[in-house]
Amino acid sequence: MSATAKKGAAKKDGANQPFIYRHYDQEKLRDALRKMYLIRQFEEGAEESYMRGLIHGTMHLSIGQEASAVGICLGLSDEDQITSTHRGHGHCIAKGADVSRMFAEFFGKTTGYCRGRGGSMHIADVSTGNLGANGIVGGGLPIAVGAALTAKKMKTGNVVVCFFGDGANNEGAFHEALNMAAIWKLPVIFVCENNGYGMSTSVARATAVPNIADRASAYAMPGVIVDGNVVSDVAEAMHDATERARNGEGPTLIECKTYRYRGHSKSDRNRYRTKEEIEEWMTERDPIEAFESQLMEFGVIDQNGIEEIRESVRKEIEAGIEFAKESPMPEVANLEKYVYTEQA
Amino acid sequence: MDAQVETATRELSYAQAIQEAMAIAMERDERVFLMGEDIGVYGGAFQVTGDLVERFGTDRVMDTPISELGGAGVAVGAAVTGMRPIFEFQFSDFATLAMEQIVNQAAKMRYMLGGAVSVPVVMRFPAGSGTGAAAQHSQSLEAWLGHVPGLKVIQPATPHDAKGMLLAAIEDPDPVMIYEHKLLYKMKGEVPEGYYTVPIGKAEVRREGADLTIVATSIMVHKSLDAAKQLAEEGIDVEVIDLRTIRPMDRQTIIESVCKTSRLMCVYEGVKTLGVGAEISAMIAESEAFDYLDAPVVRLGGAETPIPYNPELEKATVPQVDGIVKAARDLVTGAR
Ligand SMILES: Cc1ncc(C[n+]2csc(CCOP(=O)(O)OP(=O)(O)O)c2C)c(N)n1
Ligand SMILES: [Mg+2]
Repeated sequence: MSATAKKGAAKKDGANQPFIYRHYDQEKLRDALRKMYLIRQFEEGAEESYMRGLIHGTMHLSIGQEASAVGICLGLSDEDQITSTHRGHGHCIAKGADVSRMFAEFFGKTTGYCRGRGGSMHIADVSTGNLGANGIVGGGLPIAVGAALTAKKMKTGNVVVCFFGDGANNEGAFHEALNMAAIWKLPVIFVCENNGYGMSTSVARATAVPNIADRASAYAMPGVIVDGNVVSDVAEAMHDATERARNGEGPTLIECKTYRYRGHSKSDRNRYRTKEEIEEWMTERDPIEAFESQLMEFGVIDQNGIEEIRESVRKEIEAGIEFAKESPMPEVANLEKYVYTEQA
Repeated sequence: MDAQVETATRELSYAQAIQEAMAIAMERDERVFLMGEDIGVYGGAFQVTGDLVERFGTDRVMDTPISELGGAGVAVGAAVTGMRPIFEFQFSDFATLAMEQIVNQAAKMRYMLGGAVSVPVVMRFPAGSGTGAAAQHSQSLEAWLGHVPGLKVIQPATPHDAKGMLLAAIEDPDPVMIYEHKLLYKMKGEVPEGYYTVPIGKAEVRREGADLTIVATSIMVHKSLDAAKQLAEEGIDVEVIDLRTIRPMDRQTIIESVCKTSRLMCVYEGVKTLGVGAEISAMIAESEAFDYLDAPVVRLGGAETPIPYNPELEKATVPQVDGIVKAARDLVTGAR
């Protein structure tokens, strides 16, 4: 499926416009574009800060995968929860986190979301429903099922989204989690961001079925494949899955086919894929470009509006980095704080 | 006095005491629920949950698939989002399949998130040898978990403590791992009615003595008390401390005792090397009690072998009363 909506494929006022144009108001759609820019520029800013030695450790960038994070989180409230992955900056921002506090976390500062204890790989914002990125591939899957069990038991009506990569689908935790979610009909949506590789190992080399969504039938849940670079397609699949979950019909597995532009982490020499492959995705299927041209086509935004968004995001990123730089370091004396809950 | 609200007592088995604690907790707090393999109509592999499913229904006494990793993770996820799950491992050995969720997730989530969440999950681990179940169903791996900051690890030795410490564990905002020796399940003891808690992190002096401090865990508390009785007839006066919690460890009670008796022996069922006794010994070596020692510290732990099937071999694998008596006598009389 082409990432760019074909001219004339949908009428501007017609019922056959893509899902999000029928379902969300223009403000919301412009905000979705803004979030995609925020994710990309956040990660570019983080990458640059890393190169300049301001951030240590490593990080996993999701540049190129913004449509899946934003499309999935578009219809969620702060009460709906997500579990995220090592490639989780996009999820965190899409769910509503403040990039200043994210930068502060990456800089190891007390003002960071995890007070400097977590860093990129454990970024979380519980207040907007993000239960956290995870350093363990597949680690979030059972936890998401547990969160969904809470939602069911407490009858909150909330849903839980579990993000994971194509590599994670070969962990036992994936299979155990999907099975339990299905037998208990829990309000959880499993979202596989299939970017083609787990580190260097392609899906074809690592997974016995051609699509991750094919696994869904083993757990008696719908398995939906979408172009993960098309916001509307992602959001539509998510909308259906959310309805199903909220109606007590149980989980759905959504597979977003996407691609990461950057290496796996900071140590990647890109020996397992060709330059041409990367080029092709970047030039032909960029999710932000695709979304922009679609938004313009449907009259949601014009070139000026796009420029304004880019500029305001640029300022927000700049201010975020500044905030992080100026924030205080944690005190070594507090090293053991937060291991256990402080009791009065 | 441990118990906060003690009323009348009656005799219950250790398993019954745990069951009663779970029932009381579920009645007091609707967030509490049980998860585990065959804990519903079957009643649990050791009949600890028994007929609770009849009283509380399958939503609160949930049978899980045979999925230790996933099940433990579901409990963690439920705990983080506001429930109070009690997760039963069918055998403690199977926790090896769930180490990821216990060690990487439950123990670290609060810390990694800078205090933004707590993980009030309780996990129960039927442990120990003596049932002829051989190498994969008899281990005592509590020291594994005792090594992990973020967890609390307890080993109640009596029905009274099993109930009171489980109720304390449920109240606790952090993950509490309960190691229950399978041979204790049938053991009877006086158990107060109603709600009470026994604090986590407090050791208990079970027998006072002047010549030697034995720090024991779980079933070894009873073996050490039996040994102490025999030794008393020989004029050797043993103090027996029931450690009860291995993380956080009650260092003060042990230090005070060793300062008094000048001798220390650690008795535990887990493999001797790198076990609970190593920590107690090192802790004493680092403390003011070191100057009071009149003899080397002795550790009696499990043999450096998997638990064998043959009953004679199995017994030889872990400390027994005779061995404790002999080691204590040698230590006190300077024969070693
Ligand atoms: C249990 C576990 N095994 C291995 C790793 C090392 N590792 C980190 S990310 C990764 C690849 C994961 O691939 P995928 O799930 O497709 O996610 P992606 O990185 O493509 O977003 C690996 C092997 C890990 N962190 N955890
Ligand atoms: Mg991948």
